[in-house]
Amino acid sequence: MDRVRDLASKKAAVIFTKSSCCMCYSIKTLFYELGASPAIHELDQDPYGREMERALRGLGCDPSVPAVFIGGRFVGSSKDVISLHVDGSLK
Amino acid sequence: MYYFLSSRFFFGPSNFYWYFSLSFFAASEKEYWCLTALRLWRLTGADWLVPQGVKEPRNPFQKAHLSTTFITWHWCRVQICTVGTSDQHYSVFNSAIASGQPFPSVCNHIYTSDKTTTSFTINPSATQVESQRLHLESGQQKNIVAISIGNTDNWGESNMADASPRTDISTDAETDEKYQGFDSGKSIVVAPSDSSDRSKSNLDQKTLRRLAQNREAARKSRLRKKAYVQQLESSRLKLTQLEQELQRARQQGIFISSSGDQSHSMGGNGAMTFDVEYSRWLEEHNRQINELRTAVNSHAGDAELRIIVDGVMAHYDEIFRLKSNIAKADVFHLLSGMWKTPAERCFLWLGGFRSSELLKLLVNQLEPLTEQQLLGIGNLQQSSQQAEDALSQGMEALQQSLAETLSTGSLGSSGSSGTGNVANYMGQMAMAMGKLGTLEGFICQADNLRQQTLQQMHRILTTRQSARALLAIHDYFSRLRALSSLWLARPRE
Repeated sequence: MDRVRDLASKKAAVIFTKSSCCMCYSIKTLFYELGASPAIHELDQDPYGREMERALRGLGCDPSVPAVFIGGRFVGSSKDVISLHVDGSLK
Repeated sequence: MYYFLSSRFFFGPSNFYWYFSLSFFAASEKEYWCLTALRLWRLTGADWLVPQGVKEPRNPFQKAHLSTTFITWHWCRVQICTVGTSDQHYSVFNSAIASGQPFPSVCNHIYTSDKTTTSFTINPSATQVESQRLHLESGQQKNIVAISIGNTDNWGESNMADASPRTDISTDAETDEKYQGFDSGKSIVVAPSDSSDRSKSNLDQKTLRRLAQNREAARKSRLRKKAYVQQLESSRLKLTQLEQELQRARQQGIFISSSGDQSHSMGGNGAMTFDVEYSRWLEEHNRQINELRTAVNSHAGDAELRIIVDGVMAHYDEIFRLKSNIAKADVFHLLSGMWKTPAERCFLWLGGFRSSELLKLLVNQLEPLTEQQLLGIGNLQQSSQQAEDALSQGMEALQQSLAETLSTGSLGSSGSSGTGNVANYMGQMAMAMGKLGTLEGFICQADNLRQQTLQQMHRILTTRQSARALLAIHDYFSRLRALSSLWLARPRE
């Protein structure tokens, strides 16, 4: 969890993903389309990936990835991101 | 059944007695009984009385030889019947005798020793029956049985005077012909019937019985056939009824059952259920839109409009909920778009409509819009477009990944063992399965996008504008559906 928080605070937009997850790919694409450059952390590449995934689930993120943090604050999964995006509040 | 040959009636030694010689065969099924010649004697009640001076007759049911040589043997039918009074029968005879007419074909009763009467039918042949004047004992009519009369050539009163011994002639049962000779064809006492008649009637009886049985059997089989056919007809009717019920139940019953138990919907069943649910949703949606249209056209107040618009929006939420349910069970059904009409399917994107396209359509129809609104709608349009693109790209990535998963190792790496290949295969499949599972997520996010877009639009627009927007959306899709119908109904060469 700490690692999650740690990484999340490092940049304005942080997305935890998995390399095999295509939804993560979508969210990533969305961010790039918006002109943002989020920090991407792939949990399956991280040594602490499993614990981080557990931590993300503990935050209520289902599925665990993609998990988006904006400004160090947990935003949510893809659903939340899209909702916010449509709202116009993602920017 | 008894057959008797003939009987002769002749006068007894005194006028108090009637004599008759009755010989007949009592034909049972197996045996022929014959009666010896019975002397007629005065009958009182049911008893044979032994006449005076006459030998006691033998037991009529003993097998015995026949008597009377001078009797023409003729077969008649004799029927056993129950004891009855003798009076009426005698009277018949008496009257017949008296009138000189041939005896009617009635049963005559003669009393047997065991008190059952043996009746016989008499069918007198006109040619052969001669009625003879009988001397009836006036005071003894009741006691006398009269039997048909034959001619008296062979016997007459003079003969009869001492006729009893003479008439008491025993003859052989077998020699019918001999007896014929004695009585040279003189008229017979009782109704004549030839020996051929005897066999004929014998045959007749068996044949008749058989025919009756056949008729009965045929009737029964006809009835059985009729019953069977009726059963078939009713079963067929029931079958068509059941089919109709099943169809109806499919549309209604499954809906009822699934709405309470949606987590259990299986793949195929779920698809059908969803189709039904969707059609119902569409019906309700149309109804609401009509209501909305009426309200808009009648320039209803905002409050009223708001209620209806909120209702429509809530109803939209309903279809998204239904879709998310079916996505869990059968995502490919949603993706296939088979629940939509062909023209709609043409524009299908991730199991539904494209929000950005919808907004493009609406913009022109929503004039006048405020600046803010225009901006908002513009932004919304853009956002939805971006989200759509993101999701589309994600889908593409998924397809690519899936293809890669299924294609790697297909040729098998050189030197790897057979089990290694199998393990590879299994691993491949497992990975592919996992990837397919993410499809549901994409559908859900696509629906989410649609739902969010609609809601955002509703937020940006005023109530009246929202009403018009909803009407416009509905009209567009209904035109697409109408186009589909036309297309499906087009004449083909």
